[in-house]
Amino acid sequence: MAHSRASKLTVRGLALGYMAVLVLVPVGYVLIHAFKPGLTGVWNSLTTPAAQHAIQLTVEITAIAVVLNTIFGLIAALVLERTRLRIRYVLDLLVDLPFAVSPVVVGLALLLLYGRQGWFGGWLTDHGIRIVFSMPGMIIATVFVSIPFVAREVGPALREAGTEQEQAAATLGASRLQAFWRITLPSIRAALAYGVVLTTARALGEFGAVSVVSGRIAGQTITLPLLVQQRYQNFDQTGAYVAAAFLAVIALLVLLAMTVLSPGRRKTR
Amino acid sequence: MTIEVRDVTKRFGEFVALDDVSVAVDDGSLTALLGPSGSGKSTLLRVIAGLEAPDAGTVLIAGEDATGVPARRRGLGFVFQHYAAFRHMTVRDNVGFALSIRRRPKAEIRARVNELLTLVGLAGLHERYPDQLSGGQRQRMALARALAVEPRVLLLDEPFGALDTGVRAELRAWLRRLHDDTGVTTVLVTHDQEEALEVADRIVVMRDGRIEQAGTPRELYDRPANDFVMGFLGSVSRIGDSLVRPFEIELRTEPVDGAPEGMVRRTVHLGFVVRVELVLDDGTPLTVELSRPRAEELELAAGDIVWVVSDVARRPGRPPATAPAPAAGR
Repeated sequence: MAHSRASKLTVRGLALGYMAVLVLVPVGYVLIHAFKPGLTGVWNSLTTPAAQHAIQLTVEITAIAVVLNTIFGLIAALVLERTRLRIRYVLDLLVDLPFAVSPVVVGLALLLLYGRQGWFGGWLTDHGIRIVFSMPGMIIATVFVSIPFVAREVGPALREAGTEQEQAAATLGASRLQAFWRITLPSIRAALAYGVVLTTARALGEFGAVSVVSGRIAGQTITLPLLVQQRYQNFDQTGAYVAAAFLAVIALLVLLAMTVLSPGRRKTR
Repeated sequence: MTIEVRDVTKRFGEFVALDDVSVAVDDGSLTALLGPSGSGKSTLLRVIAGLEAPDAGTVLIAGEDATGVPARRRGLGFVFQHYAAFRHMTVRDNVGFALSIRRRPKAEIRARVNELLTLVGLAGLHERYPDQLSGGQRQRMALARALAVEPRVLLLDEPFGALDTGVRAELRAWLRRLHDDTGVTTVLVTHDQEEALEVADRIVVMRDGRIEQAGTPRELYDRPANDFVMGFLGSVSRIGDSLVRPFEIELRTEPVDGAPEGMVRRTVHLGFVVRVELVLDDGTPLTVELSRPRAEELELAAGDIVWVVSDVARRPGRPPATAPAPAAGR
C-alpha cells in the first residue's frame, strides 16, 4: 500500500506530538526548573543529609528488588514455558496481579498484615522484627509492584527460542544446568536485560505502595520519590525539581547502560 | 552398536503415538524409519534417544537396558530436522560443544573440530554463525556436532526434510558415504520413500504407531506385506481389488479374453518411460507405464481402445524389478 507523503508526515507528527505533550515537555520542564538555581544550587540540594540518605535508600531498595525479581522472574518464566505443572495457571494470574492492583492497595495490605495491629504484627513485635515503617516493608512493597517485568519479557523469548536447542544440548551430554547456562540463558539474554531495565525503572520510581508502608520517617524511610513529594509539600519547589530530575537521570542512565550492554536486542527479538 | 526396542507404547493424551512397537537395529547398519506424518516414526526415534520416555516397554542399547537412562548419558548423536543450531555460538563452538561439556583440553577440541569440519566439508567456516550458513551447511554442522564425541549410534530425524531437492539429493549421497566410511550405526527417520530406498540397508515401514513391515529395500519393494507398504514404496495402480506396479501392466490392441477394456486418455513421455492414462470400461482410471520401444510399437493415441493384461499382482517371489519407475503419485 502506498502512503502519501502527507499522510506519513501526519502520522509521524501525531506520534511525536503525543510523546512531546505527555513525556518530553513535563520532563524537560522539570529539568529546566531543576537547573534554575544554577549548578551550585543543584549540588547543594542533592548533598543535604536528607537527600543523601534518600538516594542511598532508593539505590539499596532498588538493587535488592531487582535481584530478587530477576531470579523470581526467570523461575516463573521457566515454569510457565517449560513445564506442565498445574501451578502455572495460578502463577500466570499472580504474575499479572501487580499490574491490576493499585500500589496504594498493596501498601495498605502490607500494613494490615505486618502492622502492629496486623495479623502477624503481634508475633513480629514480640520477636523484635520490624517490617512496616522500615526498610523490609519498603522492599516487600517494591518487589511486589515490580514483579511482572522480567517474567513477562523472558516468557516470549523462551517460547521463541523453543526447546530443540536444549534437547540438542542434552543429546550432546549437557546436564539441565549446563544447558540452562550455556544455551537457554544466552538465547534469552536480550529479553532478560530489557526486563531488568523495566524492573529497575519501576522500582526506582515506586511511590504509592512504598509511601504507605514507609511511615515517612524523616532521615529513615524517605526514598527519592518520597523526598520529591515531601519537598514539594514544604514549598521547596526547586528542591523537589532537583530530586525529580536526579531520579529521571538515574533511570535514563540505567536504560542507556542496558542498551549499550545488549546490542543484540533488536536482532533477536 | 545394536539397538532393540521391545513392546514400546507411547501416548500423548488420547493420541497413541506408538502402539506396542518392537524393532531391532543391527550393528553398523543404516536403518530408515519410513512412514507418513503421524505414523510414530519420529516418536520412536526420540524414545531411542531418550528425549521421550515410553509409557511401557524397554529400550536396549548394546544389549543393556537404557529405558531410564537420560539422553545425555546414552552416548547417541541426534540430528534434528530444523538443525537445532546453537544460534549464539560460532560453527566452531557448536561443533566443539560436546567436547567442552566434557572438559577436554582446548587444543584437543580445536584439533577435533578442525578434523570434523573437514569431514563434513565446512573447513574454513569456523568463525561463522549459524545465521550465516545455508540450510545444507547448517545441517552438516549439526552432523559434525553430533559426531564430535564419536557416538555409538547416530539418530537423524528427517535431516533433509527442510532442504531444497538438489541439496537434499547431494546430502543423501554424502550421508551414505559418511556411513560407509565411519561405520557408525545409523537410524534415519524419513517420509520420503525414495530417500529410504536410496540410502538405507534396512527399512521399517510404520503407520498409525505400528510397524507394518521391516526388511531390506528390495524385500519391501518386491514382497510388500500389504497394500499400504506397496503403496508407500513406489507408485501403484489398481485393477479391481489388486494393486500392481504401473510398469507390470501390459496393454494389447487386440481383444483378450477376460481382460478389461479401456480407452487411452493421454500419453506422457517421461524419457525412457511412457506413462499411459486410461479409463477402464467401468469408469475407473488406470495408469500404466510402458517402455519407450513398447509404446512406439503400440502407437497409442488418445481415444484408442486397449485391453489390459496383468497377472503379476502381488505374486509372492515375482522377479525383482529392474528399473524402479519414477513415482506417479503413490
